[in-house]
Amino acid sequence: MKPDFLEEIYEIPGGENIKDCIQCGTCSGSCPAAPNMEHTPRQIIAMIRAGMRDEALASNTMWMCASCYMCQSRCPSQIKITDIMYALKRVALAEGKAQPKASYMAQVFVDNINTYGRNDERMLIFNYYLKTNPGKFLSYAPIGMSMISKGLLSMGAPERIKNIDQIRKIVAYVEKDGTA
Amino acid sequence: MTSYAYYPGCSAKATGASYEESLMAVARVLGIELEEIDDWNCCGATAYFSVREKLAMAISARNLALAETQGKDIVAPCSACYLGLAKANKYLKEFPETREIVCGALKAAGLEYNGTVEVKHAVEIFVQEPMLSQVKAAVKHPLTGLRVAGYVGCQMVRPYGFDDAEYPVALDTITTALGATPVPYPMAARCCGGSQIMTNEEVALRMSKNVLLAAEKAGADCIITTCPLCHMNLDMFQAKVNAHFGTNFSIPVLYFTQLMGMAFEASGLGIEKNLVGPSAGLAAHM
Repeated sequence: MKPDFLEEIYEIPGGENIKDCIQCGTCSGSCPAAPNMEHTPRQIIAMIRAGMRDEALASNTMWMCASCYMCQSRCPSQIKITDIMYALKRVALAEGKAQPKASYMAQVFVDNINTYGRNDERMLIFNYYLKTNPGKFLSYAPIGMSMISKGLLSMGAPERIKNIDQIRKIVAYVEKDGTA
Repeated sequence: MTSYAYYPGCSAKATGASYEESLMAVARVLGIELEEIDDWNCCGATAYFSVREKLAMAISARNLALAETQGKDIVAPCSACYLGLAKANKYLKEFPETREIVCGALKAAGLEYNGTVEVKHAVEIFVQEPMLSQVKAAVKHPLTGLRVAGYVGCQMVRPYGFDDAEYPVALDTITTALGATPVPYPMAARCCGGSQIMTNEEVALRMSKNVLLAAEKAGADCIITTCPLCHMNLDMFQAKVNAHFGTNFSIPVLYFTQLMGMAFEASGLGIEKNLVGPSAGLAAHM
């Protein structure tokens, strides 16, 4: 891990544009999740540039991002703001600073894909709530029943793709240098 | 015959099954061949891309490599799949470092990708000529008087996409071609909150509420969507939005392909699988 936080952001393909931020706030004004963020996108960018590494990584901001790319699409300086949110997630996860709920969701999703090749929505929901909030799982019962009655929820076991070994080899190759 | 490599994505095989059914029904009418990519894997959707960027590109590229052996461009009905595949495709072309690691990973798996495949969203294949004229010609039952809110959400139009990122027009073009009336819809390209529905439910429900509210205010008889995740949030979670905010929405949410199928008088559209039942305006055409 490099000591300079900005250098880490520069490593995202196209990430060096962060130096062009003019703090106009278009990103924060465009963000539908901003009211629930501890720091708005504009503030997070300013924090990264000011070297406030720990504060930025501990923030809930990137875990609230809905990935709608409105900030990135409107940014007058072509900063890849959504991709920067992803980079913050990765560094926070790598250093054990990630906010638990949302980061666990991402981990369950990744494990699901690396095991089966595809995302079984039932496994995702079940494993996620089992770990975070089993009671909440029950609140899905009415929706679940409707889906079963409409034939939209399969009762079969999760299926693996035929060539799951190819996924395993791809994962092993990319992860060998520790920069997945 | 127009022919594509079809990438269904995980949702189209489960909760979004009626999207696939209706897409296939419409494609049959128009003589479009959608040949499913054999043994495709997850596109590396947001949840994967955001925490494992390079690995997501690599598993996504496996699908590009499989499609390349079919010698066809990819059609993806799900906006998240569309973006995952398109992003991997774009990064492979633009960033040599990404290309090096992804091509290495594919090689380790006995695969190869030479960058010859284009990724298209399902909407895209219907709105370009000459297909748009064929869509108009296939209409047996014009949806006259039906007021439609065309909702594209986020990842179909941002950060890449073939339609405008702020004021998309593709769905309205299709609505008009079917004889129906597109309503002015300022929330057309705003996010439904789909990716946050499990982790930050309140955020997601608020975003869905705003999308539903704008459709109601515009007097829409239905919303049409281009993504199974948007459809899930707006249709399946509509009751939850109502319970959470004390609203009383009852707005049918259709896949755009279900609306096309109605106008074509095609069967097997899966409309009965949508949780919110038809409005009076919609029922008049069913």
